[in-house]
Amino acid sequence: MTVALSVTGLQKAYGSVRALVGVDLDVGEGELVGLLGPNGAGKSTLVKAACGLVRPGGGTVSVCGAPAGTAAAHASLGYLAELFRFPDWCTAQELLVLHQRLAGSGGGAAERAELLELVGLSEAAERRIGTMSKGMQQRLGLAQALVGTPRLLLLDEPTSALDPAGRRTVRALLEELRSRGVAVLLNSHLLSEVELVCDRVAIIDRGGLVAAGSPEELSRPGGVEVETGSGLRVLEAASRGEVPRIVRELVAAGEEVYGVRVLRSSLEDAYLEAVDGAAG
Amino acid sequence: MVRVIAAFTLRESLRRRIFAVVGVLTVAFLALYGVGAWQLYQEVDDLGPGLAGVEPEIVAGATILGLAMFGTLFLGTVLAVFLTLGAVRGDAERGLLQPLLVRPVSRRTLLLGRFAAAAGVCAVYVVLVFFAATVITWAFGGWWPDRILGPMLGLALGVAIIAALSLTGSVFLSSTANGIAIFMVFGAGLVAGLLGQIGEALSSETLDGVARAVSWALPFEGLYQAALAALTEDTVGFTRLAIDLGPFGGAEPAGLGLWAWSLAYLGLVGVVALRGFARRDL
Repeated sequence: MTVALSVTGLQKAYGSVRALVGVDLDVGEGELVGLLGPNGAGKSTLVKAACGLVRPGGGTVSVCGAPAGTAAAHASLGYLAELFRFPDWCTAQELLVLHQRLAGSGGGAAERAELLELVGLSEAAERRIGTMSKGMQQRLGLAQALVGTPRLLLLDEPTSALDPAGRRTVRALLEELRSRGVAVLLNSHLLSEVELVCDRVAIIDRGGLVAAGSPEELSRPGGVEVETGSGLRVLEAASRGEVPRIVRELVAAGEEVYGVRVLRSSLEDAYLEAVDGAAG
Repeated sequence: MVRVIAAFTLRESLRRRIFAVVGVLTVAFLALYGVGAWQLYQEVDDLGPGLAGVEPEIVAGATILGLAMFGTLFLGTVLAVFLTLGAVRGDAERGLLQPLLVRPVSRRTLLLGRFAAAAGVCAVYVVLVFFAATVITWAFGGWWPDRILGPMLGLALGVAIIAALSLTGSVFLSSTANGIAIFMVFGAGLVAGLLGQIGEALSSETLDGVARAVSWALPFEGLYQAALAALTEDTVGFTRLAIDLGPFGGAEPAGLGLWAWSLAYLGLVGVVALRGFARRDL
């Protein structure tokens, strides 16, 4: 798989505060990677280093083979910041026109119309940004990040201001982008969202990577729960493969079985375990 | 790309009605100036020929146009400061700058675009306002300055330097601190200029030296003094003497050195801004 974002030994300090202490992370083309971590863990700093907005204290960051911060890296990049703001005096169309010019995109009106439709803002194309809700501005921010068909999308809390319907729209959009081969690094506090869409998850805490893997790898088997006539029984050591045998034995012992559920620890459990483990 | 940034900056000023407000206030300023000039020349006519060898309409015109020049420079400075005071740190703190800088746009391009817009607008503004004031003076008093192109260029370069200083300040300071700093620098320059004029009148070498040093450190002040001097560059005799005794009498003309230094100064300020911006985390 071609690497869209490569982070090697990334370090960054703000004065005496060490924000990143040697992070390694790759995001392949068409891969959707979730970046998790508590507040102040260094997630936004990592994303900003990839955008060339902060200068690393050590290590390297490259975007589609070009060093982060260079024009070549920026040409492959789309970015939506956590604390973004667009000029309130201009319209959605004008903002996209500006970004098309800056990105050197020749997509013209067709690209703008497609992007606004993609984020559900077709009706608001001529509306002034200052009159839009925070959620609308966030969707416009996503459209802006997609100008010029970037190969890597860096999204810092892109759904923080969205309602459930808006979040579902963004999830569908991310899946569509993955199918087009766009790499996405999604920085989010919404674990359920990350679990639903991401191929891989990286958890960072205190500036270091503390866990990484697919959501399935990170969440471990948690036993089997059986509902019988005499009550609920949890067999903590049991696995999915043992379910037929367990049911057979219970029935043979005269129990009435009403339901069986295979238990797994959630991504939230894995996250808390990783973060607490790093703290301990 | 510089053009794209500059055009966007100008469009923002238009849409935020900055130019409309500036235009209305400038018309008010020129109207007030017109009333003042008309009144002054009425009184000059009532006084009659005055002292032998002194042409009162020249003295009156040079004085009131010198005042208009100060007003023009001040208004141009206000415009330059407000167009640039939050261009880097202020916009970065509000989250406006980051989306632009993750495009294939270098920080140098962004700064140049912002400078081109601010300096261009302010330069055109001071040239137009000063020209309008000159025409008003001529209309009421029949006096035209000895030089007009040089003073106009001097004012234009002066406000471009102020715009560059303010843009550079925006890299290092918050918007409020930067605005205060630039106005204080502007005030310091003017005070030094006044000290120089007093020094000239009193033949004080110390005051003269201080004023000269400040003029080199803040060349917009030197350019302003040179522009004042150029208004009556060819005027001689008792009229010259009368002008020299007036409030703008001690102004010193500019040599080529001041023009060259002013341009070099712009370049140096630009280097400081670019270096500071390149090192700033956003």
